[in-house]
Amino acid sequence: MSDSTAIAHDAHHEHPPYQRHHFETVSQQFDATNFAMWLFLLTEVMFFGGLFTAYLILRNWYYPAFVVGSHQLSIYWGTANTAVLITSSFTLAMGVWCAETKRKSGLVLCLWLTFILGLAFLGIKSIEYHEKWVKHHVPGIRFSVENFTHPQTDPEVYNEYHDKPLSPDMASKTELYFFLYFAMTGMHALHMIIGIAILGYMIIRAKQGAYTTGHVTFVENFGLYWHFVDIIWIFLYPLLYLISRHT
Amino acid sequence: MSEPTGQDHIVSPKTYAIVAVALLVLTATTAGVSYIELGVFNAVVALAIAVIKAMIVVLFFMHLKYSSKLTKLTAISGIFIFLGLISMTMADYISRAWGRW
Repeated sequence: MSDSTAIAHDAHHEHPPYQRHHFETVSQQFDATNFAMWLFLLTEVMFFGGLFTAYLILRNWYYPAFVVGSHQLSIYWGTANTAVLITSSFTLAMGVWCAETKRKSGLVLCLWLTFILGLAFLGIKSIEYHEKWVKHHVPGIRFSVENFTHPQTDPEVYNEYHDKPLSPDMASKTELYFFLYFAMTGMHALHMIIGIAILGYMIIRAKQGAYTTGHVTFVENFGLYWHFVDIIWIFLYPLLYLISRHT
Repeated sequence: MSEPTGQDHIVSPKTYAIVAVALLVLTATTAGVSYIELGVFNAVVALAIAVIKAMIVVLFFMHLKYSSKLTKLTAISGIFIFLGLISMTMADYISRAWGRW
C-alpha cells in the first residue's frame, strides 16, 4: 500500500477492520450480505421445486408404483435422520448465538457437533442407499422389478404391507420412483456434503477467533444455508417416507 | 434505529431450545400419525405438519421474525413465485386431457 492511500484511509473515518469500504455502516454491510444469501436460497427453492413438482405429477400418474416404491423405505431410518438434522440445526443456531456473544470455545464446540451430526446423517443415508443397491432398486442396468411383480420375494416388506403384485408395465414405473428418490435425496446429500466441507473450514477459522470479533456475517449466512437444507429434508421426509404407508 | 436488522436482535438459547423441542415433537407426531389410517388426509396432515415445521425453522432458526422488511419480502416473494409455478404447471397437466379421463 502506498503512502498516499494510507493517508486517504486514515483521513476518512473510523470503522472496524471487517467493514468493506463500499459500505456506509457495518449494519448496511450485514443487511446487503444477508439479502444476497436469501436471494441465493430463492434460487435453491426453484431448483428443488422442480424436483418436488416432478414427484407430485409422476406420483399421480403412476400412483401404484410410487406407493410400493415408498414401502421399500424404512420409517425408522427416515425419522432418525429427521431428528439428527433438526438437532444439527439446533447446534448450529447455538453456534450463531456463541458467535454473537463472542464465546469462542462454545462456537468451536457447536460447529464440531453440527459437523458430526451432518456426518451421522450421511452415514444413515448411506446405509439406506446400500440396501437399495443390494435389493437391485438403484435405477440402471442392475434394476429389477421382481420385488414389485412378485411381492412375496421380499418377505420383510410383504409381511408389513401385503402389497398386491403389479402388472409388469406398472412395476417398471417403480424405477421412476427410485430415480426421483435418488435425485432428490442425492441432491440433498450433496448440499449436506458441501455444508460439512464448509463447516470443516469454519472450525479452523473459528479456532483462530475469526468469528468472535463481532463480525458474524459468515456464521449467520452459513446458518441460513444449513437450515434451508434442513427444510428441504423436512419436506422430503413426509413425501418419500410417510404419505404412502396406508395405500 | 427504526427498522430492525438481522444483527440487532440476538435470539436466546432458550428460544432455540424451545424451537428444537417443538420440531422434534412435531417429527414424532407426524411419524405417529402415519400409522393411523386417514385416507387422503394422511398426506394432508403430513404436509401440514411439514409446513408448520418449515415455518418454525424459517422464523426462528433463520431469524426471519427478527429480520428487515426487505428480507421478509424476499422470503415471501420466493414462496409466492414457487407456488405460482407449481399451480401453473399443475393447471397445465390437469387441463391437457380435459374431459378425456
